[in-house]
Amino acid sequence: MEEKKYTRLGERMFHQVLSNGLHIYVSPKPGFQKSYAFFATNYGGMDMRFRMEGEWLDTPAGVAHFLEHKTFDTEDGNALQDLAANGASPNAFTSTALTGYYFESTEKFEENLRILLSFVSVPYYTQESVDKEQGIIGQEIRMGDDEPDTQVFYGMLEGLYAHNPIQVNIAGTVESIAQITADTLNLCHKAFYDPGNMVLCVAGDVDPEEIVRIAREILPEEGHAPVERDYGPAEEERAARQDWSKEMAVSTPIFQLGFKDVPPDRGEEWLRWELLGDLACEALLGTSSPLYARLYNEGLVNEAFSYGCEAYPGAAFLCAGGESRDPDAVRKAVLAEGERIGREGVDEGLFQRLKRAAYGSLVRGLNSFETICVSQSVGHFHGYSYLSFPEVFETITKADVEACIRRVVTGEKSALAVIRPKGGTV
Amino acid sequence: MSTVKRTQLLPGVFLTSVNTKKFKSSLLSMTLLAPLKEETAAVNALVPYLLRRGSEAHPDLQSLSAVLDQLYGGSIDPVVRKKGEIQCVGFLGSFLDDAYTLDGGGVLAQAAELMGELLLRPYTRDGAFCPDYTRQEKGNLIDRIRAEVNEKRQYAVNRVLEEMCQEEAYGVGRLGREGDVEAITPQSAWARYRELLAHSRLELYYCGSAETDEVCVILQRALSGLPREGGYEVPATVVVPAAREVRRVEEAMDVAQGKLTMGFRTGGVTAAGPDYPALVLCNALFGGTTTSKLFLNVREKLSLCYYASSSLLRYKGVMVVSSGVEFSNVGRAQDEIEAQLEACRRGEFEPWEVEGGRRYTVSSLQTTTDSQGRQEDWWLSQAVAGLTQSPRELAEALEKVTVEEAVAAAKGLSLDTVYFLKGMEG
Repeated sequence: MEEKKYTRLGERMFHQVLSNGLHIYVSPKPGFQKSYAFFATNYGGMDMRFRMEGEWLDTPAGVAHFLEHKTFDTEDGNALQDLAANGASPNAFTSTALTGYYFESTEKFEENLRILLSFVSVPYYTQESVDKEQGIIGQEIRMGDDEPDTQVFYGMLEGLYAHNPIQVNIAGTVESIAQITADTLNLCHKAFYDPGNMVLCVAGDVDPEEIVRIAREILPEEGHAPVERDYGPAEEERAARQDWSKEMAVSTPIFQLGFKDVPPDRGEEWLRWELLGDLACEALLGTSSPLYARLYNEGLVNEAFSYGCEAYPGAAFLCAGGESRDPDAVRKAVLAEGERIGREGVDEGLFQRLKRAAYGSLVRGLNSFETICVSQSVGHFHGYSYLSFPEVFETITKADVEACIRRVVTGEKSALAVIRPKGGTV
Repeated sequence: MSTVKRTQLLPGVFLTSVNTKKFKSSLLSMTLLAPLKEETAAVNALVPYLLRRGSEAHPDLQSLSAVLDQLYGGSIDPVVRKKGEIQCVGFLGSFLDDAYTLDGGGVLAQAAELMGELLLRPYTRDGAFCPDYTRQEKGNLIDRIRAEVNEKRQYAVNRVLEEMCQEEAYGVGRLGREGDVEAITPQSAWARYRELLAHSRLELYYCGSAETDEVCVILQRALSGLPREGGYEVPATVVVPAAREVRRVEEAMDVAQGKLTMGFRTGGVTAAGPDYPALVLCNALFGGTTTSKLFLNVREKLSLCYYASSSLLRYKGVMVVSSGVEFSNVGRAQDEIEAQLEACRRGEFEPWEVEGGRRYTVSSLQTTTDSQGRQEDWWLSQAVAGLTQSPRELAEALEKVTVEEAVAAAKGLSLDTVYFLKGMEG
């Protein structure tokens, strides 16, 4: 196995590619009670249209998430229960571009890993169980309908994008999931749950060679290359619509403000874009910025304020959101501050401090096995190695941050989504 | 392996210190303990937020952010927690461990100094809190209290507890009441703050690579000038052993999904009693895990919901069941939940259910030491209750619990209050 040492971070990472195309990463963590395994496919809510055996296929919204629920079913029962019976804490999630299955356990790690690799790679979908799941997922969708943070985030995406499928709710709708059958699930499993489209990442006090052996034993020898997907034509640089709003039973307006950027290239450029985007947010409206202090003092934002950046195939954006009595005033202030930075630049002392702070937060994040494994998996799918962030981070200059703000923080690239209290109050 | 040490630093000031090298960060907290009372809950909850606004040396948010950035993006967050009938107010800080700094450490000493400064030497005007900060933080606290309704799942849990314990101190909300916040003045908050400093027990917690002796020296220096005037006793939480009759409370709101919560008395069993491990296993078998009766029957078998689970409030002797269901299914869901509890009382457990519940719970306790945040919360809670049992010791006790003992714990549960959040129509 290939071993990389990241001495500044006090980390090591083992890496191996199998003949079926599966990449395996192992992060040794002596001294911890638990071990964590994350098995992910490069397939998420946005992957609805793809080409198989020469033919373009369209699938309903919510299939990746539905598949995630039903993949735990096995011919002998349910893998969730098998893992839990071994004391493991298993779970799974579906995001915009990835579906991940994982468990954490303190004993029988190797047996649990065999269960994980086996249930994810062997499809077992029956129409009866698909029908039953409609009820459970229907309730999950209804729960999301009542979550203002979820609603406002999709609202912002609808504002930013004309057609890129990231704006489609990952869980789908009650109507779209009604179209899903066992055949749909089998087809998508075949397309995306192939070792060539997947990654396995493990953190813990484990033997890396043993993990490779188990993966070879459980998974098929051959794999196929990832299938081609279609996310529609390239988006315009400007936001599709700058305003979106909805009323819900909330106590105060809840908002999400987005700024659309050009998606980064694969490889280290992707990582660099993410690190740069975070720093640009910090400089523009982060908790140490002059703007944040002003907004906070004026009562326009509170501690629920948060911000960041995200990149997907064909879509990338910076965003910030939270609670505010006047979200429009927040957008106005952010745009004005963007203009000021574009003109005057970022204060040198502030920039150095922000960089130091961001570095410390990234390193502290490595306490979490989940952060290591999920970030490494996402990085793998985008063609970079997550733990190389200190080196990439060093290359980011003040001028880069200023250029990013100048490019992205403009009225026409912005979309503001607001959830307003129904009838003015709850 | 890590070691846990408890040391008295000053009268009524205790340090719980965990020395370990396995994390990238160090965690430091300072928490004042006050009895939970209607008349003081709001002002106690306001104090840490007021203190976090500025100190003599760092009088505003920007100067505080600047010094935290310099400490590699360390965080110091105001925290208000409810542990049994004790309100815990103070600061929770996370900092890069000295081993991972780029310039050779010193972060812990400076961070402790800063936290001590925030606690002891606030920014003042005319001998009280600054009127501007007081006005702004009162507004923020009111927003925070009102915002509890935004997250319906947690809101329904809070409401059932509030209704159930309306004649006990536990019924007082963690953040107090809106009307009481409005009445606070800079002077009244100041008087309350001085009272807390002089007469409350102060719990300190540290987890990181520094030796306990060094941490003691650093914290003693950081807290020099702390007034200590006696009366540091922490009153015991009142436990009501059994419900008298079942109360039902319904509320209507504009929501898509109903929320059903049920509060049970545990027969007087709390974390302090010898029967507690049996109650923990009982909770796991009934609704605490994905192998539990609630998960397998209410969700998987009947497809009534996306979530149905139970959890313990271990110092209060209460168990809460929480579920999100279609409005029209609430009766069926409640019947099924009660039927599953009856099955527990009859001891209808397959061996794999018992083994699964036990392994899951033991594992979850063991991994407490893998997370700095979970460890801190554990030891703070134990300190409040005057208990010294470690997660590992509770895990060992769980290994010995028999099915009969878990059944006895189930028989001791009595339903007190049922809360249902329903839609506006029908």
